[in-house]
Amino acid sequence: MSWFRKKDQKVEAVPANERHVKTEGVFQKCPRCETALSRRHLEESLQVCPHCNHHFRLDARLRLAITFDGGEYEELDSEVTSIDALGFVDTKPYPERLVQAKQNSGLPEAIINARGLIGDHLVFVGAMDFSFLGGSMGSAVGEKVTRIIERAINERAAVITFSASGGARMQEGMLSLMQMAKVSAALSLLEEARLPFISVLTDPTTGGVTASFAMLGDVIIAEPKAQIGFAGPRVIEQTIRQKLPEGFQSAEFLLEHGMVDMVVDRREMRPMLIKLLNFMVNPEVHPQVAQVALANNNGKGSSTISQPETSGALSKLDGQPK
Amino acid sequence: MNETTIVNDPLTALERVKLARHKDRPYTLDFIERLFEDFVELHGDRRFAEDAAIVCGLARFHGSPVVVLGHQKGRGTKQSVRRNFGMPKPEGYRKALRMLKLAEKFNRPVFSFIDTSGAYPGIDAEERGQAEAIAHNLRESSKLRVPVIVTVIGEGGSGGALAIGLGDRVLMLENAVYSVITPEGCAAILWKDAGEAERAATNLRLTASELYRLGIIDRVVAEPPGGAHTTHDETARLLDDALQETLAEVTQFDPPSRLTQRYKRLRALGRWTTSV
Repeated sequence: MSWFRKKDQKVEAVPANERHVKTEGVFQKCPRCETALSRRHLEESLQVCPHCNHHFRLDARLRLAITFDGGEYEELDSEVTSIDALGFVDTKPYPERLVQAKQNSGLPEAIINARGLIGDHLVFVGAMDFSFLGGSMGSAVGEKVTRIIERAINERAAVITFSASGGARMQEGMLSLMQMAKVSAALSLLEEARLPFISVLTDPTTGGVTASFAMLGDVIIAEPKAQIGFAGPRVIEQTIRQKLPEGFQSAEFLLEHGMVDMVVDRREMRPMLIKLLNFMVNPEVHPQVAQVALANNNGKGSSTISQPETSGALSKLDGQPK
Repeated sequence: MNETTIVNDPLTALERVKLARHKDRPYTLDFIERLFEDFVELHGDRRFAEDAAIVCGLARFHGSPVVVLGHQKGRGTKQSVRRNFGMPKPEGYRKALRMLKLAEKFNRPVFSFIDTSGAYPGIDAEERGQAEAIAHNLRESSKLRVPVIVTVIGEGGSGGALAIGLGDRVLMLENAVYSVITPEGCAAILWKDAGEAERAATNLRLTASELYRLGIIDRVVAEPPGGAHTTHDETARLLDDALQETLAEVTQFDPPSRLTQRYKRLRALGRWTTSV
């Protein structure tokens, strides 16, 4: 049977010590249950471990894609980006950190603004991304949150935010802190206009973001096991000099203490948002909403924040709606 | 070290921080005693508890009824513990909101005094919604129809300060500081070394003059030579002048235009770019 014999050995065996299966980029280990998950499966389950329901942190653009109808949305305000207003230098100058954050995350800022339809309702969404400087809120993030709120007022639409943040951005000092006041003031106008605001808290939501827009939703939803709080766990431990109980500051802890309305699995999030919007968007309360949604959408940018409109909503504070 | 020499020298940011925390510095009640008459302290948030880290009530300012509120630190161990070192819990912020609503109902101006190292970071505070209490105050005070004048008298500690710090005008005593994080906390996170507090303090731009330059506060109120801790009476007198002028300034507007101005003022805060 000589024709089975290999005549020349062109394929050389890999030396035993170098043999390994290349799985880089194919599998990802779940940090909770330690199961090796194929990336493809993980994508299909929206970055949720199918075995233990661990919710991986989600890229802001992926978040938008799985939230809007047909995955379609128009990105807004991407030109609003951070600058080094204070000349802040820690172990690295702040401008260098910004360049690095943009490269690492592939995002222009720690939040991405978008406009689109969810369950046929016109919604402005701000999705934060923890991979951009810990999702910290500086001037640009505060400005972008304010802009989606003002746009929603102008277009009689709803607002949804997905927060993921370590809090105010230290490198912009008090300018960061004041963003808490700015976005909260904008939200009071949204409330005055009786427009919906749904706040979704994802892992982690802490500090200045929690203590401003994230806790001001008409309805507040948290993703399972997300860490949510005001002060960081280490700061609390140092202050009270004792170990924190298991599950402290988890989404479930907040639910138990009455701080969020519900804990919703990411795979159930979109249907839940649609249910809530169906309840909140009421043509009798805001007649233009339905029209805008119907007339939508010739893909036009909506960069029309007119100051009169805004102060118009403000002056309505005068005559309270009956 | 002799305090007087420090004050007369050009001060570093960290030296201002130390002055702002000075144990003899006038606290909110010291100012209330000197600036207001007929102070009636009110207590409790009607939800959970009284919080002595915030004092508030009704008073008269040069004869006219007003609402006053502010963080209150204690002197000595016993008082400090009673006041929780000036670190409010959610019930403190909810009590403050009650006062703001009272002011609104009876159409009286509000004077708020800031002096805290921050909101209390504890298990109970988190359980009762520290973040929610602060956020709620921010939203509600942005739409108050009555004049609100805020003065940072000592330490302005992040969100715990801002929670009662949103107003038509923000004044700041010369040696007070106002920061997104304590210099020590910032140093521990960014430099991984709390010993770098000096550099953190400088970088954070937390002094009154820096914050005036950044447009975050509206007026720096001079302290007597030697600093506020050397004479409470004189400090109060200087602040009194500033408060009277500021009150006159904001009361000349009707509520709608005051609200528009307040929104515009907040709306303009921040520095960013739109050039790609």
